[in-house]
Amino acid sequence: MSVELDVFVGNTTIMDEEVYQLWLDGYTVDDAVAVRMEGGALQVFEASMEVLHSDTMDQFRTFQMCERLLYYPSKLTNQLLFQIPPQKQAMLIERYYEFDSTFAREVLGKKLSKGTKKDLDDISTKTGITLKSCRRQFDNFKRVFKVVEELKGPLVENVQHHFLLSDALARDYAAIVFFANSRFETGKRKLQYLSFQDFAFCAGQLISNWTVGAVDNMMEDMDVDLEKDFLHNLKELKILINDKDMLDQHRNLVCAQLRGKITVFGEMEANFKNLSRALVNIAAKLTHTKDVRDLFIDLVEKFVEPCRSDRWAIGDVRLFLTHYTSTAHSLDSFRYQQIWERYMGVIKSCILKMYHD
Amino acid sequence: MPGKLKAKIVAGRHLPVMDRASDLTDAFVEVKFGNTTFKTDVFPKSLNPQWNSEWFKFEVDDEDLQDEPLQITVLDHDTYSANDAIGKVYIDIDPLLSSEAATVISGWFPIYDTIHGIRGEINVLVKVDLFNDLNRFRQSSCGVRFFCTTSIPLCYRAVVVHGFVEELVVNEDPEYQWIDRIRTPRASNEARQRLISLMSGELQRKIGLKVLEMGGNAVVGYLQCFDLEGESGLVVRAIGTACTLEKLSGGGATNNAQHTANSSPSKDMKEPVFGDECPSNPLSSGPSTPLRAPPFTSFSPSKSYSRQSSSSDTDISLTPKTGMGSGGSAGKEAGPLKILLRQQTQTALEQREFPFFTLTSFPQGFLLHVAGVVSARSVKLLDRIHNPDEPETRDAWWEELRQEIKSHARALGCHAVVGYSESTSICEEVCILSASGTAAVLNCRFLQDGCLDVLSEHSRGVVVFFCNRCDDSAPPGCGFCHVPYDELNMPFPAQLSPCCCCHRTKVPDVLFTTIDLPTDAQVTGKGCLIQARLCRLKKKSQGEGNATCISNLLPFLEYELHTQLLNKLKLCGMNALFGLCIQISVGENMLVGLASATGVYLSALPSPGGIQIAGKTPNDLTYDQHVSSIQRKINDTIVKNRELYEIHITEVAEDVIGSPIPEPRQRSRLFRSHSESSDELSELDLSHGKKDAFVLEIDDTDAVEDLHSLLTDAPTPPGFYSCNTEIMPGIYNWTSAIQMFTSVRVFRLNNANLTNLGLNKIFNELCENLLKSLYFKLRSMVPCCLCRLNFTVAVPEDELIQVAVTAVAMSFHKDQTQEANKAAQAHSQMKAIAETEEQLQFPLELNAESASPLSPKGSAPSVDYSSFADRCSSWIEQLRLRAHTIRRGSIKTSSSPLPEGRSRSLRSTRSFPGSSVSVVKMTPLSFIPGAKIVKYLGIINMFFIRETTSLREEGGVSGFLHAFIAEVFAMVRAHVAALGGNAVVSYSMKECVFMENPNKNQAQCLINVSGDAVIFTRESDQEGHLPQTSHPQPTEDTPP
Repeated sequence: MSVELDVFVGNTTIMDEEVYQLWLDGYTVDDAVAVRMEGGALQVFEASMEVLHSDTMDQFRTFQMCERLLYYPSKLTNQLLFQIPPQKQAMLIERYYEFDSTFAREVLGKKLSKGTKKDLDDISTKTGITLKSCRRQFDNFKRVFKVVEELKGPLVENVQHHFLLSDALARDYAAIVFFANSRFETGKRKLQYLSFQDFAFCAGQLISNWTVGAVDNMMEDMDVDLEKDFLHNLKELKILINDKDMLDQHRNLVCAQLRGKITVFGEMEANFKNLSRALVNIAAKLTHTKDVRDLFIDLVEKFVEPCRSDRWAIGDVRLFLTHYTSTAHSLDSFRYQQIWERYMGVIKSCILKMYHD
Repeated sequence: MPGKLKAKIVAGRHLPVMDRASDLTDAFVEVKFGNTTFKTDVFPKSLNPQWNSEWFKFEVDDEDLQDEPLQITVLDHDTYSANDAIGKVYIDIDPLLSSEAATVISGWFPIYDTIHGIRGEINVLVKVDLFNDLNRFRQSSCGVRFFCTTSIPLCYRAVVVHGFVEELVVNEDPEYQWIDRIRTPRASNEARQRLISLMSGELQRKIGLKVLEMGGNAVVGYLQCFDLEGESGLVVRAIGTACTLEKLSGGGATNNAQHTANSSPSKDMKEPVFGDECPSNPLSSGPSTPLRAPPFTSFSPSKSYSRQSSSSDTDISLTPKTGMGSGGSAGKEAGPLKILLRQQTQTALEQREFPFFTLTSFPQGFLLHVAGVVSARSVKLLDRIHNPDEPETRDAWWEELRQEIKSHARALGCHAVVGYSESTSICEEVCILSASGTAAVLNCRFLQDGCLDVLSEHSRGVVVFFCNRCDDSAPPGCGFCHVPYDELNMPFPAQLSPCCCCHRTKVPDVLFTTIDLPTDAQVTGKGCLIQARLCRLKKKSQGEGNATCISNLLPFLEYELHTQLLNKLKLCGMNALFGLCIQISVGENMLVGLASATGVYLSALPSPGGIQIAGKTPNDLTYDQHVSSIQRKINDTIVKNRELYEIHITEVAEDVIGSPIPEPRQRSRLFRSHSESSDELSELDLSHGKKDAFVLEIDDTDAVEDLHSLLTDAPTPPGFYSCNTEIMPGIYNWTSAIQMFTSVRVFRLNNANLTNLGLNKIFNELCENLLKSLYFKLRSMVPCCLCRLNFTVAVPEDELIQVAVTAVAMSFHKDQTQEANKAAQAHSQMKAIAETEEQLQFPLELNAESASPLSPKGSAPSVDYSSFADRCSSWIEQLRLRAHTIRRGSIKTSSSPLPEGRSRSLRSTRSFPGSSVSVVKMTPLSFIPGAKIVKYLGIINMFFIRETTSLREEGGVSGFLHAFIAEVFAMVRAHVAALGGNAVVSYSMKECVFMENPNKNQAQCLINVSGDAVIFTRESDQEGHLPQTSHPQPTEDTPP
């Protein structure tokens, strides 16, 4: 004796957000029923376990049928099969594309290829996120990447337009696409302390300041790649460290500004040349794709770690970077003010974001 | 060549990938109507082709326009091999043939394939140019409107109700033709879909012709069904009520003068027509068929018929006795007139072949009395239909059943049957035909002189209560309960008691009907869904043996269903059932019966007694304890239910009952609510008799079963109400949030050695669990009511039971704001009543002069199995049919109890960008809460087949059916939207035949749905208050 078939179809498709989340999280029906029971669903109307099971099955099936529409959310909005109120549609899409930042952190900067998919098992074990959910998130990354990769115009807007996501979520996806495209190194042990949000912030900075689209409002340009000319020009900054006079002058100006304002003045004065060299060298190296990938590890190794070992406070770092950047304008023979600003603006905000434990 | 059909193919979207190499499709479209086919160009390499074709023009007869669907096929062009079909769209162009319906069909249609389901969408434009002289063509009936709605459609007024129309057409089922062995499943499915589409077009046209002959212009309560008889063929049959409808201008007040002017000429005109045509109508097989006058075997025909002449006198003489001076005398005076009128009406109706009405709710004043449910069943052996053009056998079968129904009604002193419906259940070569309805007395001389007297005779008692809001033309809320037959000549044993509202006429103790609750019926508290469920095992056998076996089982099944219903009704503390629908499905080794109805407490009827349990072995102490504990449980349940359904009865005359019956509790609330009407001794006796009727002896296995099912029914969870009728008494303030749904369950009985008892338990649990699941699913809508809960059961295979439910959940405002507004509403209601009366009163088209041709001759002994049906239906009549009377009163068809659109639901507000799909509401009800239906666009009647050979891959049977039902909804919505509509009302799923073969990884499902496409507009806040019905609390015990 068994229920062989059990379906419920509403003219307006009924979707419970809680069950949807369980589905997205990759629960099996049985597990989802267990979770719902713990959550007190049984108390509602003295529902029995069978009722809960039937409801869960039904909704999981509905979600499964919707899933192919969610691959390209614009399809969901003009399909005829399910009558779903617009707010619900928005919820479905947003939730479907939401991801666990721990998962995103793991795949950040990796190539979104099939090869990586095999690593999903490991990531699942490591993060405790179900494999099914990992698959979904990974496939989402890949799908968004594929669609947006070749498109012109602002990255965030492209994501938003094609996937109907909220602004915040679209920015996160832009970061993921950007990282995947430039393949930044994020996996080194020294970078482990950085969260997805740290990187997403940095990506946002890079996208809005260092890409072609950043300077040039012309829509036909792509937002995914860093501007080649700019990177090339960064070489010119080397003068700041190669010209000894300039380096000394720069140090003096910075020290003059910071005297009495920061607690680690002595260390700063002693280390100035090293720090300045580090920052300028990073800039100069960005011409090579490989070195671009190492941007974050370089920042950590060459700047963040030395400062941290000298126990700089974040306020100290901020003051230093601010004045380090601005005093360069007072250097008589320094002609690359614009590039310097563009470079240091991003570097400063990235470092500040990354400067924590 | 009276019509030109034009079609234009605009674009496609979301097409499937047909070419794996390029991941694209080279799509083109074939447009076919009749034998003419046009093609679009190929739009290469696109999943979103833009064809923008020219207008394809078909010049056709309007007969074809009615029969044929427009067939659109989307294909993938392939240079080297045959073009692959992507899918099809069938468009019924019938809605374009009436000037009042849709004018253009334009929109996105899902492209449907019977194997793959929906595969993308196509944008199509369709128009029809009709030439003016179309009425001269005899074979077509363009312009006749069809409505599934079983009441006069909102925004129409019935000028004349002509009566019953029926038709059936038969054909060979393509699935069983020899060619099916060599063609693909797709081809066979498409052949079937197309054939059924053609047949239903033809059927509609033929019915339309009959309507035109009768002088009508519309069919209301159109019910079309398919009988898949397998080898022996395919039957499409339909019944309906022919009417002459008139559009209400602006939904406003129609004035009375116009109304009278309209109706009387049409009447004059029509009557002769009807009289003439009726006999000549080739399809009304009346004279030609060997009439088997239905034997009411259990009580002598002579008795029931002799009653006709004498009964009315007795009837009348009884009434005035109850004494209130003026009322009595008035009644007396009205007496002779009434007799006369009634006889006239009666003869007029009798003269008509079948005085049946498929309507379930009526304009005010139409229904005088309701006597009870009449039903008939017969078991037939199917044989091959040899000549599809002469479906005589099937016609004759139905003819017999209808005759039987008619005679049952007559035995109940009624001349008409309302809420009439027909159904079949087929298993292999055995077929059970069922017909049921509610015997009623109609007021067909509503507008003539003298009718006022008749009215007053019935309304007198209540007028007192209502005098402040309705004058003598307003009908009382109790009149329909009054029995139409007289006490001395009752057709079956029943207990009559004086009406608790007017105290003047007799009412039965219980009333069963198939109609909707009349809107102005006086009801105490709320109603609830009541179901009786029963399974009976049967031996597997073949042919005649099988039919005999089924015939033998049927009466018992029906009897037990009725007992169960009655017990459950008592348990709910209620006394009347509306919308009763009894389904009996036959399988190879079992019969399944499911009776659903909505129980209510009619204020006019006496309060139901309790249920008393008695043990058979009275001396056993432990046994007594057991019995008394059950008794306690039952009593508690009754008390609880009364609380739940807010049935608070004002008891005045407790003391009167010095009844010797040893039942402790509910006793006191029993009848005798009016002490002063000193009358007959018999009343006391009656009460005893009544008590006895509900003693259950629990040694009896049946009783144990009954008890079991009584006590296992879980109450609806808080915040939920349920009913299977259009409206729920006691709930008026609906929000606009509605959710229509279909749920299907199939249960497999793995255990081969089931007993009846075990089987019943399983079936009962199946239904209960299904309901529980529904409540849980819809919990977000609380407080809400599930309306029009329509259950269908089937036994698709040996060990499978299938239950399908379609219903609508409607939220309402918890705070009964109407309490506050009561005064205002009483006022507006008065207005509404006045209005609706003007709008909706209509004369029955009757030929009162002619004599009744149907004399009650003794029946020729029938050879077939339907005699069993007689037996069984007489069982029912004897045992269960309780009569009621229809108050001659009023159904406010046009103003259904809607709340205002004040609280727009979240669902309906859309602000999300990019949603290009318009929302289409669906509901099995005839109205949409908080909205006004401004236009009926035409009938939706669609038939789909879906088949799969990859069942597992599609998510098993549940995944398969889930997708299919969703697809059917989507296609219905798309068609409605293309007609320019935004809702389907009176939606129903007529058929859901599911077959599976998991071993072969295959499944097939057929679904037939229907409804009325409409345009509705939201009412503005203020206006919305108007049409609410407030049921005045009946103060039954106050003597007038």
